[in-house]
Amino acid sequence: MDNPSQLVQYVLSGLSNGAIYALIGFGFAIIHNATGILNFAQGEFVMLGGMFTIFILSFFNLPLVPAIVLAIVFSTLVGILFERLAIRPLKNVKPLSLVIITIGASIFIRGAAMLIWGKDTHALPAFSGNAPLYVYGATIMPQHLWIFGITLLIIIANKLFFSYSIIGKAMRACAYNAHAASLVGIDVKIMVLLSFAVSSAIGSMAGIIIAPLTMTSYDVGIMLGIKGFCAVIIGGMSSGLGTVLGGLLLGLLESLGAGYISASYKDAIAFIILLLILFIRPEGLFKQKETQRV
Amino acid sequence: MKKCFISTTLFSVIVTILSICMAGTQAFAAPPIKIGALFSVSGPAAFLGEPERNTAQMVVNEINKAGGIKGQKLELVVIDTQGDPAKAVQGANKLIKDDKVVAIIGPSTTGDSMAVIPVVEKAEIPLISCAAGIKITDPIKKWIFKTAQNDALAVARIYEHLNKQKISKIAILTVSDGFGSSGREQLVAHAKAFGMDIISNETYGPKDTDMTAQLTKIRGSSAQAIICWGTNPGPAIVARNVKQLGIKVPLFMSHGVSSKKFIELAGNGAEGIMLPSGRVIVASQIPNTDRQKKALLSYVNSYKKAYKVEGDHFGGHAWDAMMLLKGAIEKAGISPVAIRDQLEKTAKFAGIGGTFNYSAQDHAGLAKDAFVLVEVKNQNWKLVK
Repeated sequence: MDNPSQLVQYVLSGLSNGAIYALIGFGFAIIHNATGILNFAQGEFVMLGGMFTIFILSFFNLPLVPAIVLAIVFSTLVGILFERLAIRPLKNVKPLSLVIITIGASIFIRGAAMLIWGKDTHALPAFSGNAPLYVYGATIMPQHLWIFGITLLIIIANKLFFSYSIIGKAMRACAYNAHAASLVGIDVKIMVLLSFAVSSAIGSMAGIIIAPLTMTSYDVGIMLGIKGFCAVIIGGMSSGLGTVLGGLLLGLLESLGAGYISASYKDAIAFIILLLILFIRPEGLFKQKETQRV
Repeated sequence: MKKCFISTTLFSVIVTILSICMAGTQAFAAPPIKIGALFSVSGPAAFLGEPERNTAQMVVNEINKAGGIKGQKLELVVIDTQGDPAKAVQGANKLIKDDKVVAIIGPSTTGDSMAVIPVVEKAEIPLISCAAGIKITDPIKKWIFKTAQNDALAVARIYEHLNKQKISKIAILTVSDGFGSSGREQLVAHAKAFGMDIISNETYGPKDTDMTAQLTKIRGSSAQAIICWGTNPGPAIVARNVKQLGIKVPLFMSHGVSSKKFIELAGNGAEGIMLPSGRVIVASQIPNTDRQKKALLSYVNSYKKAYKVEGDHFGGHAWDAMMLLKGAIEKAGISPVAIRDQLEKTAKFAGIGGTFNYSAQDHAGLAKDAFVLVEVKNQNWKLVK
């Protein structure tokens, strides 16, 4: 029963899920590019964004926009605290230990969220209504447009920030060689802190804009975090176009796989891609082979 | 002769004094009757275990407030299985060996129940499971009863309705966990008997956040109705995705989402969805002639009073289990054997899940009428006549 409108629907669904994965992937890339750490607590910031928004909406009765802003501020604070309490005290350790610490932190944050907010799933109201939009016989929600739009904005902002601003350049310098960066007067500690702040802000933003579609609960971060990680691995840890393409590709393959093969393999597809990339092209699909810039 | 008379008198006096003393201790400090409860209060099946624990505790408190059973108070020993069969077995062992309970209610899930069955069978303690899986009481196990309706009954309720609507081509979309695969099994197994043709048989993962791909596939098929089998939040996402894709064929859900939470999550997407459910969510709409009405209203009202939220279908399983147990203890006393034998004689007990009739051949006790079909109308449940 193949017909064009079905294909369009698969592609649209895939792209909109892919944009979510890309946005989450960004958070991974930013911290990795500034510190060399893989932050596996990234998914939890996605959860925090959604849960904080719902908490603020119901508890303080604020309108949506201030609630979102506050939720991002709170999540960023959690990110900063996380860096100060769990990462910074352990400065001169191997990256592997830091990675394990981030996994521990993610379990901690998830547990705390469960205790504070309970185990229920919550839905956030859509930003601009629930009437689906029709595109060539396929449908898409207005919320998907928000996701595309915000992802696009964040790519551009990222590009500008890391390529043109002094702080962005300093953060990149820290990733290449923290010691050398400190010699030329860059405060490495501040840069690391900043990268955690920025990535938790982006992660929580992702969590907020997807919450009206996917709903949120204390444990949404696990799967979304892994999907974001896949996206950023496909994209070769870039904080730009690579991760976006990685996310979109992952979303597309998942959706087409679920449509034309079987939905049972949906998550398997993500993991197979992850493994294949790590085996065959660990530098990512879109990156030139590493030529260490000096 | 005289000597003999004196010794007999002496003996009877001592016996009398002793029995008075024993009766006295019973009246003054009768030890409470211990009842064990295995519920998945936390973990993935917390949506079952939490209301069940709350309900069981509430019932025990009510019984104690009213003076207990024949003057003896009840004590509920709750163990959280976390939905983990290994923890359920540990818990059952503890309840039997350390707490010396006379009977156990729960576990909440079929997996946990199957795991503890050998333990309680060996210890010869009656167990009333609150899980739905058909294999818990089929084949019959001497010490095992259950209160939750079989999935097969829910499937039959939907298929009957479809027959009436002259719909025979259906698509099914089930979650890939224990609940979903049991539902899928039953949906497939009973399709033929009702003349149903399953055109599309799709699944989704319990943590999936988007089901448009599966639904697009279903939309492209000639299915006249969709049946989704899962527990929150999956079905709520399915409901929203169906609205998004503009799918016009009717959508059916399982009794796994028969709580207000589903309507809250699915929002507008929930409108018009039908599902089989115990009568509890439409308690006030049930006609007064219904035998269950009294139990339903009493449960709904006291749960609301105790916990400020509405009692649901799942808590009802624990209410039934506790009430069945209470009835058996009242009639037969507190020995596990007597409780078991009395439970098996239960007839026409009108509870929350339905009207129970246990027998030596049937330890599930419910008939098809245990389920009613409800529809979501204006963000509320409405009984489908």
